Amino acid sequence: MSYIVAEGLTKIYGSGDAAVIAADDISFQIEEGAFIGIMGESGSGKSTLLGMMGAMNAPTSGRFIVDDIDIYSLGQEQRADFRREFLGFIFQSFHLVSYLTVIENTMLPLAVVKAGKNHKLEMAQEALSQVGLLDKAHRLPNQISGGEKERVAIARSIVNEPPVLLADEPTGNLDTKTSREIMELLRKLNQTGMTVVMVTHSPDCAGYAKRIMRVSDGKLVEDNSDPWSIAPVPCRTESNRQSATTSRAGV
Amino acid sequence: MTLKIIVLRNLLRRKGKAAFVLAGIVLGVSTVIGIISYVEAMTTDINHKLEKYGANILIVPKTENLNLTYGGLSLGGVSFEMQEIREKDLEQVSNIKNSKNIAALGPLVLGVASVDSHKVLMAGVDFQSAGILKPWWKVEGVLPGENAVILGAEAARVLKMEIGNRLKVNDKDLDVSGILKSTGSQDDQLIFTRLSTAQAIFGKNGRVSMAEVAALCKDCPIEAMVKQISDALPGAKVMAIQQVVKSRMETLAQFKKFSYGISGVILFIGSMVVLVTMMGSVRERTDEIGIFRAIGFRKRHIMKIVFMEAAILSGLAGIIGYFLGFGATKAALSLFSESHSGNVPFSFELAGSALMIALAVGLISSAYPAFMASRLDPNDALRAL
Repeated sequence: MSYIVAEGLTKIYGSGDAAVIAADDISFQIEEGAFIGIMGESGSGKSTLLGMMGAMNAPTSGRFIVDDIDIYSLGQEQRADFRREFLGFIFQSFHLVSYLTVIENTMLPLAVVKAGKNHKLEMAQEALSQVGLLDKAHRLPNQISGGEKERVAIARSIVNEPPVLLADEPTGNLDTKTSREIMELLRKLNQTGMTVVMVTHSPDCAGYAKRIMRVSDGKLVEDNSDPWSIAPVPCRTESNRQSATTSRAGV
Repeated sequence: MTLKIIVLRNLLRRKGKAAFVLAGIVLGVSTVIGIISYVEAMTTDINHKLEKYGANILIVPKTENLNLTYGGLSLGGVSFEMQEIREKDLEQVSNIKNSKNIAALGPLVLGVASVDSHKVLMAGVDFQSAGILKPWWKVEGVLPGENAVILGAEAARVLKMEIGNRLKVNDKDLDVSGILKSTGSQDDQLIFTRLSTAQAIFGKNGRVSMAEVAALCKDCPIEAMVKQISDALPGAKVMAIQQVVKSRMETLAQFKKFSYGISGVILFIGSMVVLVTMMGSVRERTDEIGIFRAIGFRKRHIMKIVFMEAAILSGLAGIIGYFLGFGATKAALSLFSESHSGNVPFSFELAGSALMIALAVGLISSAYPAFMASRLDPNDALRAL
């Protein structure tokens, strides 16, 4: 059996006429150590899918299994434990805690882990050195650049050495040069054996993935596709966003 | 990195909000402590007075006298029989079981004396025990010797006497050695002389009209003492004078109840301040709590963060509140209490109570915000995934 298995994942927001199908019967399998890129238009359901993969957004139906654990058969608190032990998150807008220093932000997942102070410090220093930010360990988030914030977010996501790393538009707020550096970093992490699942708009970034999944209108429409076959989608206007939503709801 | 560090860093970042919560609890705790310690100090003060001279016991002769006084109008009395107390018998009082509780015993001889054309009530007293029995006496001049008197303020005015004058009492010449400053009591009307002098003038050698006892009575059984003295002096009637002190204690008890009511209201307002501020803080930190939950914090970890913040602030508020209330009590006592020096002793018990009250207010008021924070769905909170 594969390391990660999604079986008929479906997510419907609302009910009746107002129901919106954000994920529609999505199934896939991911082997351990894979580097997956999930692509799709804005509002296509890729973030919903990542949320379900992150044990944070329970599907309306379907199963999501990691390492033989049926995640949504677990209680909320056990899912929190799962997130802490199995997953690393990289959020699109960094989501660093503004009043904690770089090293404290990095150590955040360890705050509820029983380990010695020095051991936690060593783990955080190791993570920061992997992202090349050890020299800025005692700065606050507002004292570093956007690229550095992203690196801190990556350091935080890998500090407890999770087997799976989930990244939501990790380069969404960065310039081209910094984006490449971040992608190189993710590739390096993947090369250490970490399974990386990344949501991205950018074919450039998707090019780092070994496998691409394309989501459209809540459905997994392509798997294993070439990132360059998916044209970048321009920002939508409010009117065509609504029409897309309506079509997804089947109205 | 521990939850404690997250809590401390957050408190330091949100100083304004922390100060607001702190102020809310400090206000409540200091008011409660201020009121409690003020009432305690007043109670101690009254007890002290009680011990000093409050609960006197009167020993009067048994009489078949019917008092014909109504509404302050005295129509005289009908005396059927009058026994006097023998001075020697009073020595029995020092042999009673609770004799240790007796601070002073003051025999008194009363009689009507003629001074010029006036009839004046003259009292022979033991001036040594009078110092304990009547501490409010302030004598201008000196205490009288064998052939001297001191006059009550009103008596001196009516008799037109000054210190150094001589007056003739029942044909006996006596010097005025002093004049009592006005006491506002019946003492203002009297002439006071030594017990032996009065006994000689009225021909009551070895006999006294009545006696006063100053009993140290905070914890002593006053009723039992009255019984013991009655048994020792079967020919005397023994009464306890506690009404004034009792009514003052009752007033204080009423004030206590009222104060506790006010304290309760203030504590409630303080807890509402904490509740509203903590709820605001939780709402402001939705993203942050979302991150914590997303990276694997359990609900109880989130609650622990909120409770730790509340505990730190309320603990600090308890300490500040105690000292503030303590200071306010000292200031209030020196300002409003005539007899109190403003010296309030430090009480570990009260300090401990202040801490407990503050913690209770802080933690109870934070329970709902903590619960709400822990229920935040990480997906909804972040809106990023």
